Amino acid sequence: MGYSGFKIIKEGLFGQKGWKPVWRNPEPKPEYDVIIIGGGGHGLSTAYYLAKEHGITNVAVLEKGYLGGGNIGRNTTIVRANYFLPGNSEFYSHSLKLWEGMEQDLNYNTMMSQRGVLNLFHSDGQRDEFVRRGNAMINQGDDAILLSSEGVREQVPFIDFENTRFPIYGGLLHKRGGTARHDAVAWGYARGADQRGVDLIQNCEVTAIDIESGVVKGVQTSRGPIRAKKVAIVVAGRSSQVAAMAGIRLPIESHVLQAFVSEGVKPLLNNVVSFGMGHFYISQSDKGGLVFGGDLDFYASYAARGNLPMAEHVMDAAMTLMPAIGKARVLRSWGGIMDMSPDGSPIIDKTDTDGLFLNCGWCYGGFKAVPASGFAYAHLIAKKMPHKTAAKFRLDRFATGQDLLDEEGTGSQHNLH
Amino acid sequence: MRLPCPLCGDRDRREFYYQGHALMLERPLRDAGDAAWDNYLHNRDNPAGETRDLWHHEAGCGAWIVVTRNTVTHEVLDAILVEKARV
Ligand SMILES: Cc1cc2nc3c(=O)[nH]c(=O)nc-3n(C[C@H](O)[C@H](O)[C@H](O)COP(=O)(O)OP(=O)(O)OC[C@H]3O[C@@H](n4cnc5c(N)ncnc54)[C@H](O)[C@@H]3O)c2cc1C
Ligand SMILES: [Zn+2]
Repeated sequence: MGYSGFKIIKEGLFGQKGWKPVWRNPEPKPEYDVIIIGGGGHGLSTAYYLAKEHGITNVAVLEKGYLGGGNIGRNTTIVRANYFLPGNSEFYSHSLKLWEGMEQDLNYNTMMSQRGVLNLFHSDGQRDEFVRRGNAMINQGDDAILLSSEGVREQVPFIDFENTRFPIYGGLLHKRGGTARHDAVAWGYARGADQRGVDLIQNCEVTAIDIESGVVKGVQTSRGPIRAKKVAIVVAGRSSQVAAMAGIRLPIESHVLQAFVSEGVKPLLNNVVSFGMGHFYISQSDKGGLVFGGDLDFYASYAARGNLPMAEHVMDAAMTLMPAIGKARVLRSWGGIMDMSPDGSPIIDKTDTDGLFLNCGWCYGGFKAVPASGFAYAHLIAKKMPHKTAAKFRLDRFATGQDLLDEEGTGSQHNLH
Repeated sequence: MRLPCPLCGDRDRREFYYQGHALMLERPLRDAGDAAWDNYLHNRDNPAGETRDLWHHEAGCGAWIVVTRNTVTHEVLDAILVEKARV
C-alpha cells in the first residue's frame, strides 16, 4: 500500500476504514541468512538497507519489546551534520543526505523538518572554536553560517541578550539541520523492510548467541532457537549484556539521559537552539510543546528515568537562556539508556567471531545517525568490509589508541563524555 | 539519589563526583601488557543490576568511597571507604 495525498482524502471521505496494518507479524522461521538483534532505529534501518542495497531479504529483526520502544522513541529528534573530526564528519554528512531523501525513499512522512540548528556562543574563545567547526563543516560540503549577536536576535529575539554572565556573542547556524518525528522514522524503516520481505519479530528476546569453533550459528530466544549465517548486534543501551553472550567485554558504560516536554504554547521557536554554557538545548514540536534536554545524569544506570539534580540543572539553564518560557508547565520527563563509549563516538565493526557483527556506542547522538548507521552496517554485514563512511568506527581503536574519535577533546575516558 | 558516606552519613548525590566502576582501584602493573591496560581503562562489565562504583565526596569530607548499588532500581546497598575496599 502506497501513501499519497489522494489516499488521505479518500480515507477521510470513507471513514478511515481502508487503512491496513503497516507490517506483518510473522512467526520466526527456523533459519535466516541474517539475524539483527534489536528493533530500534538502527536495527530497522540496517534491515531496510540490507534488503534494498544488497538484495538480502531472508532477514529477521528480533526485538525483545515492541518496535520503537527503545531510544528511538525517546530522543529529542535532532538531526545535524556539524561534526569536526575526519571519521565522524563524512559519516554524519552522509547521514544528513540520506535524511533529505528519506521520505521519498520510504514513501513515509517522517516529518523531517530542516528548521536549522543554532548553537550559541558566549565568549571570544568559543567563537574561534565555532569558526573552526563551521569551516570543517563547509569543507565537508555541508553548510554553516556564523551569526553575530544581531543575527541571532533576528532568529530568536526573546532570549536573554542582557545576561552579563553568559552574553550572547553570536551563533553558528546549520540550516540543513533540524528535527524529524522519531517514531515515524522507526515505522517508516520497519514498513520498508517488511515490504521487502524482512521478518520483524517483536516480543522476542535474545538470551544467548550460539557460536561453534569461532563461527556464529544462531541465537537462543524467548521464542525458541533460531539459526543464522550472520548475526548483527545493535541494541543501544543493552549492548554490554548482548555482547557478553558472545564472550565480548565492551568499552561501553550505560548511562541515563533525560528529556522534557512542556505544555503546548503558540509558535515561539523556529530552530533548534543550544546554549553554549551549561548543557541545554531546545526546540518546539509541531504540536507546540517545547522539547528540551541537557546532559547525562552522569553515573552508570539502566533506569529509564532520571534523577532530580539534572532535571534542576536543565531548568536552571532554560531560565538563564530563555526566561520567557518560565511560566510554561513541564508536562512530562523521561529517560533513555545510552551506550556511552570512552571517546564519545560509535563502533560499527566485525568481531573476532566469524559472522558476528557489532554496532554500538551511539552515546546521546544516535538518532541523526539512524540512516547512515543502517547503511554502513548493512554494507559491513553483506560484504564483511566496512563502508567508506564508517571505516573509522573500529572497536580496537581504544586498545591501540590509534584514530580515537574524541570530538569534544576531553580525553578517551568513560566519565568524560 | 542519596549516598551514605561512611564519615558524613546520608548525603545528596550532588555532593559527590562520579568516577566510574570500582575496578579503577585495581590498576595493573606498568608492564602488565596492552590487554590488561585496555581492560582497566576501557572495557567494562557494565552490569544491569548490582554494581560497585567509585565516588568522591567532593563537596563534603573529601573521602573516596566504594558504593554498592543497583543500576536498574537506583537502590543504594552499601558504601565503604576506599581504604577498606582495597584489602
Ligand atoms: C532523552 C534522549 C534524547 C536524545 N536526543 C537525541 C537527539 O536529539 N539527536 C540524536 O541524534 N540522538 C539523540 N538521542 C540518542 C538516540 O536516541 C540513540 O542514540 C539511538 O536511538 C540508539 O539507537 P536505536 O534507535 O537503535 O536504539 P533503541 O531504540 O534503544 O533500540 C535498541 C533495541 O534493542 C532491543 N534489545 C535490547 N536487548 C535485546 C535483546 N536481548 N533481544 C532483543 N532485543 C533487544 C531494545 O528493546 C531496543 O528496542 C537521545 C536519546 C535520549 C534517551
Ligand atoms: Zn563524607
